[in-house]
Amino acid sequence: MRKMLLLATTALAFGFGTTAGQAADLKACWVYIGPVGDFGWTYQHDQGRLDVVEHFGDKVETAFVENVPEGPDAERAIERLARDGCGIIFTTSFGYMDPTLTVAEKYPDVKFEHATGYKTAANVATYNSKFHEGRYIIGQIAAKVSQTGSAGYIASFPIPEVVSGINAFLLGAQSVNPDFKVKVVWVSSWFDPGKEADAAKAIFDQGADIITQHTDSTAPLQVAQERGFKGFGQASDMIAFAPTSQLTSIIDDWGPYYIHRVQAVLDGTWTSGQTWDGLKEGHVVMAPYTNLPEDVAAAAKELEGKIASGEFHPFTGPILDQAGVEKVAAGAVLADGDILGMNWYVKGIDDQLPQ
Amino acid sequence: MRIELIRRAEQSRRMALLSPVIAVGLTVVFSAAVFLISGVDPLAGLYQLFIAPLTDAWSLSELVVKAVPLVLIGVGLAVCYLSNNWNIGAEGQFTIGAITGSMIPLLLPDFQTPFTLPLMLVAGILGGAAYGLIPGLLKTRFGANEILTSLMLVYVATLFLDWLVRGPWRDPMGYGFPQTERFNSAARMIMLGDGRMSVSALVTLVVVALMAVMLAKTLKGFEIKVLGASPRAGAFAGFSAKKMTLFAFAISGGLAGLAGIMEVSGVIGKLQPSISPGYGFAAIIVAFLGRLNPVGILIAGLVLALTYLGGEGIQVALGVSKRMSTVLQGVLLFFVLACDTLILYRVRFISSSRKAGAHA
Amino acid sequence: MLEITVAILLTVITAATPLLLAAIGELVVERSGVLNLGVEGMMVMGAVAGFGAANLTGSGTLGILCAMLAGVVMALLFGFLVLTLVANQVATGLALTLLGLGLSGLLGESFVGQPGVRLPKLEIPGLSDLPVVGQLLFAQDILVYISFALTAAVAWFLFKSRAGLVLRAVGDNHGSAHALGYPVIAVRYAAVAFGGACAGLAGAYLSLAYTPQWVENMTAGRGWIALALVVFASWLPFRVMIGAYLFGAVTVLTFHVQALRGNLPPWLPEWVGGLTQTPSQFLSMLPYIATIVVLVLISMNRRTTLLNTPACLGRPFVPDR
Repeated sequence: MRKMLLLATTALAFGFGTTAGQAADLKACWVYIGPVGDFGWTYQHDQGRLDVVEHFGDKVETAFVENVPEGPDAERAIERLARDGCGIIFTTSFGYMDPTLTVAEKYPDVKFEHATGYKTAANVATYNSKFHEGRYIIGQIAAKVSQTGSAGYIASFPIPEVVSGINAFLLGAQSVNPDFKVKVVWVSSWFDPGKEADAAKAIFDQGADIITQHTDSTAPLQVAQERGFKGFGQASDMIAFAPTSQLTSIIDDWGPYYIHRVQAVLDGTWTSGQTWDGLKEGHVVMAPYTNLPEDVAAAAKELEGKIASGEFHPFTGPILDQAGVEKVAAGAVLADGDILGMNWYVKGIDDQLPQ
Repeated sequence: MRIELIRRAEQSRRMALLSPVIAVGLTVVFSAAVFLISGVDPLAGLYQLFIAPLTDAWSLSELVVKAVPLVLIGVGLAVCYLSNNWNIGAEGQFTIGAITGSMIPLLLPDFQTPFTLPLMLVAGILGGAAYGLIPGLLKTRFGANEILTSLMLVYVATLFLDWLVRGPWRDPMGYGFPQTERFNSAARMIMLGDGRMSVSALVTLVVVALMAVMLAKTLKGFEIKVLGASPRAGAFAGFSAKKMTLFAFAISGGLAGLAGIMEVSGVIGKLQPSISPGYGFAAIIVAFLGRLNPVGILIAGLVLALTYLGGEGIQVALGVSKRMSTVLQGVLLFFVLACDTLILYRVRFISSSRKAGAHA
Repeated sequence: MLEITVAILLTVITAATPLLLAAIGELVVERSGVLNLGVEGMMVMGAVAGFGAANLTGSGTLGILCAMLAGVVMALLFGFLVLTLVANQVATGLALTLLGLGLSGLLGESFVGQPGVRLPKLEIPGLSDLPVVGQLLFAQDILVYISFALTAAVAWFLFKSRAGLVLRAVGDNHGSAHALGYPVIAVRYAAVAFGGACAGLAGAYLSLAYTPQWVENMTAGRGWIALALVVFASWLPFRVMIGAYLFGAVTVLTFHVQALRGNLPPWLPEWVGGLTQTPSQFLSMLPYIATIVVLVLISMNRRTTLLNTPACLGRPFVPDR
């Protein structure tokens, strides 16, 4: 140990140390759960970072650490960025919640933004997108396009965000065809192209003719393309992987939010809070409606407009749960908090949630 | 040109000390070359990778935090590998140890005494050891290959933890997210200083010392090495290879379990789906980098931890992909293994022309 | 019912082929007395090289060749360490996996998000129109046919050819083989290179046929499963095939079981209904537990196991002078 310290002091004496110039007004930093090359969740966050780079130019310097597992490494990665002079740090996975808060307590001058969590502090804000808005739209499309009256849903893990997505999808479908069926298949992974492809094949083999997913790879869409079925993209526009199969895609667009929040830090107007935006604010974007009959595309566009304007809410009552108990009264809408913590299924889903 | 190995009459002590130094030196040269190719100033790259993490108290304590589980699991694995038992499922034993240890704060939340933490550690050790004994028993009873059974059990353990934190053990106040309640303070590791370093560092030092003594000075240590080198010779000496297999799996499983519960009650503070960034696998590298010697493993654990911290450093400071550090870890291990050849063998290069001449 | 069985079997073939390709190569390696735990690393390099070459040239064939080449290069690196420098095989194999995972990530950075080249299905005229078996066996892509052919060829080579006999002799007793004048190290180099080529093919199957795209770590542990299959098969080629298909089948069936929830066809027994309500984590465990159970069952039959286990597996050989 002493030898290492000696080495270290020698290095200091030689004056290495700071690397980049300090010309920028602010350093904005990101912690990613996956590789930037996953073409899914992390990829989209990094696209948002690149939007920041493009928008602010030399005024803002950015840095990121990718592939940071949720666990003991997360706190170190976040603290390193805080120590490295980052003025605002975006931590982009649910499992970073407690580590973010711990580090935030130690660095009160640094702003923290945690994606998908629910705990905040004076210098910790949370943000997420209303993906269920998009899921309601694709549910409606699915029910109109499907010949067999059943769709497949490849799911990752039973967390509220995934559960509310499944519910929104089925509610959308039921608004067209009350008997619509959704086959939920859990693959216990956010990202495993092979498994997702196998699950997609199983779903098609059992009579579904349309597929959607809450996992990040393009594999299910590729299977749909190969078999001549239809499907929906996830996180990014996947049309290149399924040119005649993708009907639309629910795109996460974090760029506007990141630019907005970085600007707030620059202006000194940043405050903590919980942001949960959707179609209206452009955080959730629907890819062009393709491979659809014109009337279906037009109806989808109209619905998209209604949700964006607030005229329509995907979780509008009456909504019954699996046991037939009324969860939302007719005409009422589900509160945001209940959607964020959703762990029950709507009537019509045959899957069971772990309790 | 041909390479020929000539066995040394005895192990070269000089080479034994020199070989890791040569290996690290070669890795440094290799890294510099890679930086140069990818258009990064090699000096800045090397500084960030190998030296920057050693320059302040915070990163030094982080280095220790990262090294603790690697070293603990590594010394346990050394017992296995020395005795010719190929346990590569430490990741699963780590996970099960974390689960059994966590049973105390999660199932008995009111049991908050000075004994809580020690009992958790014991439960973690027992859980890890029991899980390690499964491949051990399958090997001794049925002759099933332990490399594969221990590996398959990793997937089983990870999925089991996943089910626990999403199902029965999920925090009822956690909005349905997959995690347990935070442990009460009696169930948390005792911290050293204001960083994340805890008494787990001291526990690790004690374990390393005990294992070093056991391997070097006791009959058990002798037995491990004899059975590892030649099961037949061991049988003649009256040692039982089967008992040794169970012993080795219990020790390495127990230490992995200890590492698991200390990690959970220390830096994480609750159970969640992902509690290890692959410590059980990285520790295999550590065991070999440290040449299956406890003190060597201690150093190797710190060196590997350094490459993790440095890997993050090059990404943050220089924008170099973090995968670079994975490549360099592989390369470092390659060089260490190659250089170890020098301890047992003298290497001779024979040019093909001379060889042809000799045949004529 | 027949229709869905055929459909399931088709999926099983895709799930099993990469495992079979990699495992059949590793089987030859282990038969020569070398344990290469770096299958995952060679496979992932094969996947990235295959995808890259196919995408840059547009030719699936070139992709396959490059994938094999990448596998061979990785394997030779391993061979140099464990055969020439007699380094520890377990550790070197692990290092190879690390290197492969890291390097493929670096090399593949620019391929992310690009649709790949999909290997065409080769329909064998006349046969592919047969009922049931036609689509199953005679309308697959080239790599599936290769995996069938390789299994048969390796079985023939090991047990019917002279060269195969030499290879087994080297694996069973390198001392005697050397004394008889067989080039132990050269035979092992050849076996290791063959294993690398097969792992490369398995990688190519992933990035060109299974899911034609490149993403990091896309092998997702399949290299390890392939290693398990070799032991599971007690080093017999046709058993490797059975093992790969069993593993593929269990994996695929766990998805089918889930998709069956709530609309169970009447011909299925009642307990399947109960199974569909099993938490998904337990279903995901099934392939691994099944592997352990079968491994134990096979190992219990000591005589065949011992008969087929290469006695020198993992032991280094240094010729005395």
